[in-house]
Amino acid sequence: MDFSKIDLWILSFSAITVVVTIWMGFRSAKTSKSASDFFVAGRSVSVGWNASAISGEYLSAASFMGIAGMVMLSGYDALWYPVCYACGYLFLLLFIAGPLRRFGAYTIPDFAEGRYDSPVFRKIAVCFVLFIGFFYTMPQMKGAGTTLAYIFPGLPYWVGVAVVGAVITLNVALGGMKGITLVQAVQYWIKMFAISVPIFVLLSVYGGYGKNLSLNKSVNDVSSPPAITRTVDIEKTERLALPAKAPKDEAWIAPFGPLTTKAAKAAGLSVEESRPYSLLYTFSLIVALVCGTAGLPHILVRFYTNPDGIAAKKTTMWVMILIGIFYVFPPVFGLLGRNFLPELYEASGSKGPDKVVLELPMLIRQKYGVLGSILSGITCAGAFAAFMSTFSGLLVSMTGALAHDVYGRMLRPGASPQQRMRMFKWCAVLVGGVSVLLGALVEPLEINFMVGQAFAIAAASYFPLLFMSVWWRGMTMAGAATGMLTGGLCALVSAAIVNASTLALDKGPMGKLFAGFNGLNEFWVAHPLLRILAEQPAIWSVPLSIGLMIVVSKATPKTIPSDVRMKMLVLHAPEALGLKQEYIQEHQGAAH
Amino acid sequence: MPQTPPDDTDFIHSEEFLRGLMKRQLRLSVTCATAFLLLLFGLPVMNYLAPDFMARRVGGFTLAWLILGVLFFPYVWIIAKWFIVRSIALEHAEVGTAADGNKRQS
Repeated sequence: MDFSKIDLWILSFSAITVVVTIWMGFRSAKTSKSASDFFVAGRSVSVGWNASAISGEYLSAASFMGIAGMVMLSGYDALWYPVCYACGYLFLLLFIAGPLRRFGAYTIPDFAEGRYDSPVFRKIAVCFVLFIGFFYTMPQMKGAGTTLAYIFPGLPYWVGVAVVGAVITLNVALGGMKGITLVQAVQYWIKMFAISVPIFVLLSVYGGYGKNLSLNKSVNDVSSPPAITRTVDIEKTERLALPAKAPKDEAWIAPFGPLTTKAAKAAGLSVEESRPYSLLYTFSLIVALVCGTAGLPHILVRFYTNPDGIAAKKTTMWVMILIGIFYVFPPVFGLLGRNFLPELYEASGSKGPDKVVLELPMLIRQKYGVLGSILSGITCAGAFAAFMSTFSGLLVSMTGALAHDVYGRMLRPGASPQQRMRMFKWCAVLVGGVSVLLGALVEPLEINFMVGQAFAIAAASYFPLLFMSVWWRGMTMAGAATGMLTGGLCALVSAAIVNASTLALDKGPMGKLFAGFNGLNEFWVAHPLLRILAEQPAIWSVPLSIGLMIVVSKATPKTIPSDVRMKMLVLHAPEALGLKQEYIQEHQGAAH
Repeated sequence: MPQTPPDDTDFIHSEEFLRGLMKRQLRLSVTCATAFLLLLFGLPVMNYLAPDFMARRVGGFTLAWLILGVLFFPYVWIIAKWFIVRSIALEHAEVGTAADGNKRQS
């Protein structure tokens, strides 16, 4: 490793972010010790802070780095990701958030247990916290490895993953980094600042969003595109020549481009023949992202940090505005990266397009000198904020699931509080270790694609559970469990198979490790439809899950919870009627 | 587990109230969702059926890019705002209905 290549501006901005985040986490953790403290603490903050905190928790490495990388690589089709990440929130608001808030279940396993009076079902539901969690941590780890490899040129990817993983794991195990409102809220504003300020500077140097898009010729454009020359003079803002690996303009800027036609193209289908496949791919992607947002384990909990239902709704409105504004920016990075940093197309893994957000501001160094380094330092700081907040949030909820549910309820129900605390630490180390191992494997995969897979699993497991349990009183525990397990596991297995076969194609060490899956790639070439359905499983796994829930529930009508009408009232009646208190009293009465 | 039989004499706990409640809430949610899903699934269909139209340039953007990359967000904010206003009004109305219903029965 060559230390002379390290840019001190970038290093110091990143270091400050890391230190401040850890320090704030510890400070806040000292003042709020228990889970209930955390919820109550949230009630004292305003709608604005709360909305910032939700948004801060939501914007992960995929939003900050992955979207730009994917837009650069795949063009228009990748825009579905930011749109659905933001707009999936609407679905949550329309169908799930209100009732769940009234019911008072803080997590999805809490809801599963409360809605069906079944501790067994809770244990089943907890599994998916881990499944979805691990799929979600892999891309965060790739974000970490990519960013560290950028800051320290020459540092191997896996070292970055291991260092960041270890630091955050230690931090969580020692009790810092709980989901504190203030920390998360500040993280949002760091990310928002870090994505928007460099963009405004870059756009003022290189011309506007629309102008840069117009450099990419579409099928309809009659005039020929501007001359392409490699130029050092940024005044001319001429784009650089694209390497052979980059998708062509017409495919990049138009819908149904490289992302959605890959499978059909590999099978040798013509452009016309592959269009229906692309449409199917797009639909399935939309279903995964929109339904998946509503089923993400770490999002719902924040709806309870509002004093009342009206404040909760206002908060949601602000969250949608805050994340909506954020999501306009990453695609601009992808576009500018295509026009002015095309050499990234030729690299892969942590040196490829996923780092475009970090490197792009350096381009203005030629003219503005140190400003380029400062802006690049700012985007690196934003990247740290992104993967640190999401990884530690996931680590806390996954460790909680392991320590409290698996250990505390299943393995050793009689454990003392000290034993549980010790177990929490060991579980954090275990989960952190597995995340680092998985993260080290996935360098060749795109950050954003992997997060999409986590959404697809959530869409086929938790989303049907929540949606059906809230709106259909005929659901039984058996139906809910069968649907959730089958749909969720099908999506999980499909995602894992696709990843294994993609890793087998890698030129590096991962290719050798996963060489056994190479046969799959021949299979995909012969069966493009199956490849698309495996790569984007939501379009069949979500209906499968819901269908099984209905069929099995109809077959077991005797097991519908006897007080289902009361439960439904609690879920749907306005909070002002006080049905929740009544319900709790009845339940306590029943328990004695 | 011993059960407390639902108190059917009380309007709030009646089947009628719950059914009406869920129906009204679902109708509001489905209306908003329809407006959202129309654009969400309509846009790929438009891209599929009218690719030339969607590739027209508007201030440098293609129409498809402008809708998905920029205009989609404010559209969703409008739906969310409308839903929130309506659902708060709906809750107020429900509390009123519940009070009236109880008065009628007693």
